[in-house]
Amino acid sequence: MASEIHSIVMPKWGLAMEEGIVTAWQIDAGATIAKGQEIADIETSKIANVFESPVSGKVRRLVAQPGETLPVGALLAVVADDAIGDADIDAYVAKFNEALKEMLAARASEKKPEPESVEIAGGRKIRYLKLGVGEGPPVVFIHGFGGDLNNWLFNQEALAETHTTYAIDLPGHGGSSKDVGAGGVGAMTSALVAWMTAMKIDSAHLVGHSMGGAVALLLASTQTAKVASATLICPAGLGPEISMEYINGFIEMSRGKKLEPILQMLVANPALVTRDMIEDVLKFKRIDGVDAALKKMRDTMFPGGEQAAILRDAFDNVKAPLQVIVGAQDRVLPAAHAKSLPGNVKVQVFDNAGHMPHMEAASDVNRLIAEIAR
Amino acid sequence: MAKKTYRQAINEALRQEMERDHRVIIMGEDVAGGLGAPGEQDAWGGPLGVTKGLMPKFGRDRVLDTPITESAFIGAAAGAAATGLRPVAELMFVDFLGVCFDQIFNQAAKFKYMFGGKAVTPMVIRTMYGAGFRAASQHSQCLYPLFTHIPGLKVVLPSNAYEAKGLLAQSIRDDDPVIFFEHKAMYDETAEVPDDPYTIPFGEANVTREGDDVTIITMGRMVNFCNQVADKLAKEKIGCTVVDLRTTSPLDTETVLETASETGRVVVVDESHPRCNMAADISALICSEAFDDLKGPIKMVTAPHCPVPFSPALEDLYVPSPAKIEAAVRAVMGKG
Repeated sequence: MASEIHSIVMPKWGLAMEEGIVTAWQIDAGATIAKGQEIADIETSKIANVFESPVSGKVRRLVAQPGETLPVGALLAVVADDAIGDADIDAYVAKFNEALKEMLAARASEKKPEPESVEIAGGRKIRYLKLGVGEGPPVVFIHGFGGDLNNWLFNQEALAETHTTYAIDLPGHGGSSKDVGAGGVGAMTSALVAWMTAMKIDSAHLVGHSMGGAVALLLASTQTAKVASATLICPAGLGPEISMEYINGFIEMSRGKKLEPILQMLVANPALVTRDMIEDVLKFKRIDGVDAALKKMRDTMFPGGEQAAILRDAFDNVKAPLQVIVGAQDRVLPAAHAKSLPGNVKVQVFDNAGHMPHMEAASDVNRLIAEIAR
Repeated sequence: MAKKTYRQAINEALRQEMERDHRVIIMGEDVAGGLGAPGEQDAWGGPLGVTKGLMPKFGRDRVLDTPITESAFIGAAAGAAATGLRPVAELMFVDFLGVCFDQIFNQAAKFKYMFGGKAVTPMVIRTMYGAGFRAASQHSQCLYPLFTHIPGLKVVLPSNAYEAKGLLAQSIRDDDPVIFFEHKAMYDETAEVPDDPYTIPFGEANVTREGDDVTIITMGRMVNFCNQVADKLAKEKIGCTVVDLRTTSPLDTETVLETASETGRVVVVDESHPRCNMAADISALICSEAFDDLKGPIKMVTAPHCPVPFSPALEDLYVPSPAKIEAAVRAVMGKG
């Protein structure tokens, strides 16, 4: 083991990512790093985030120059102990770059996974992205209000290494039909059940964010056989408070500049919100029927500026393993809602995260999901 | 999301709006083609195939081939709009406006005002503009400033396929006459375009690049040139904000003034002739309203004050190029 050379490569954050830029290294060459340590800031056209080391050891080379645009899979750094000579490291880098060229050529001709759609009972279309093949119940990711399946770009591929995974667009969102029915958590849950039926999924490990967390909780408490485990990330439904500044701002702001501070409420570090992320939200909001769908959901879920569905009692009926993950700096739903939950609900709080821990502390969240969905 | 060409995006917007609203009709020269002739019907779909496939789907009652008489069919479209239809008329080249201008500026543009707001004229004129096509002086002009000058008209210049689909859908749903400018050099350019119908509101400029040093204000095909220049100069640490006006009428004065004031250095890029054009208009606006925020004179990059040359070498020199835009940015930076 001691004489192994490890490569650290450009990660793939989401389907669309083909290249990225190391904007800054947080470590120097020669540093000894631990697996999971934040070692660099990486930016893509969609998102900027910290990159956590996949390995432990001594950093012998920082190959990527800050500001340089590199393809996914490109060598960023080399980790090896001192027993290995500099000449061997040089040879390793040269060999890696040769292999990378072949890999990139092969990748260019590969067919990329694309989202698909299925018609559910009632004639509505639900879009989903399937990644990975595994045994046992699949992992199903359910986004929050105004989100879509792309919200799981840091999570779905990681879980797809061991599981069959699906990320879905709830009605009114992404590429799904814009008819939201009654527009409440119940209507969203019914749509999820109808989608599981259409997909012949008997039982799933649910991972729900915000409104999607309330959906997962409602399903886990009412149709227990359908849920193998539930991970609720900053779930709605645990208390009356919600930031209507966020909800109304998300619906009403049609200019990027005005939407930006609203979207920054989602995260502890506002730099995470990029131009492309804002542009994607604007493009979603311009689709016919979206504005009406968002307003319908707002009016049903938050009449009078408070959450209509409080699901704290639902925990008692949940049979499957369940965990709650919250960000201490959440400005949309108070993290305090996750305090003193009934029963033995496991609650994990991330101090440096806001409303999007699955993006802001992705590898830790992925580990927690993998543990409960084992 | 699927990549689609500018041509496909326009075709898709027409198809979806015709499906959505039975009052939407298309009329123009050879918008289907083959009328009254043996052989293929829908032979043309317009001179560059933009409306192809619509006649077989919606029939000749809704996709009308007209005689080569712009004064007649543009006038007919104005009348149809005033009496309850939502016509999309194709003025093949904007250069032909001379023979139908009265129907546009004295009729369609005035109905709402002269009938005390009781008349609506939901009419769209789709038209091709722009040089670079080796089509000489009478088929290459950028006459959008002439329409922008007329109160009562809305003037739209989509800068890519995504913009084209959303802005055309908005144009068709708008209750005022809209002149929709398609750059003939862009029909094969692609962008990611959602399959679902969507609209982009008028009068909201799109900031396509953000930088701290220079503000470039532009529209139509020039947006892409300006983005290229901004990306190139970003590597030299010259930060450019690029503003795509999307519509010259209504004009998003708020974004123009805000972005001009933020950097204090302004370049306006406009493919039309320099006298009384959008570059002059926007420069005047900034000078009147934000003069104190300027760090130096505004630079205008436009075509020269001469007809579009037929000589390919001269035509290439005529069109504002990325190199000319870059030189203007460097000049306002004091590095020219």
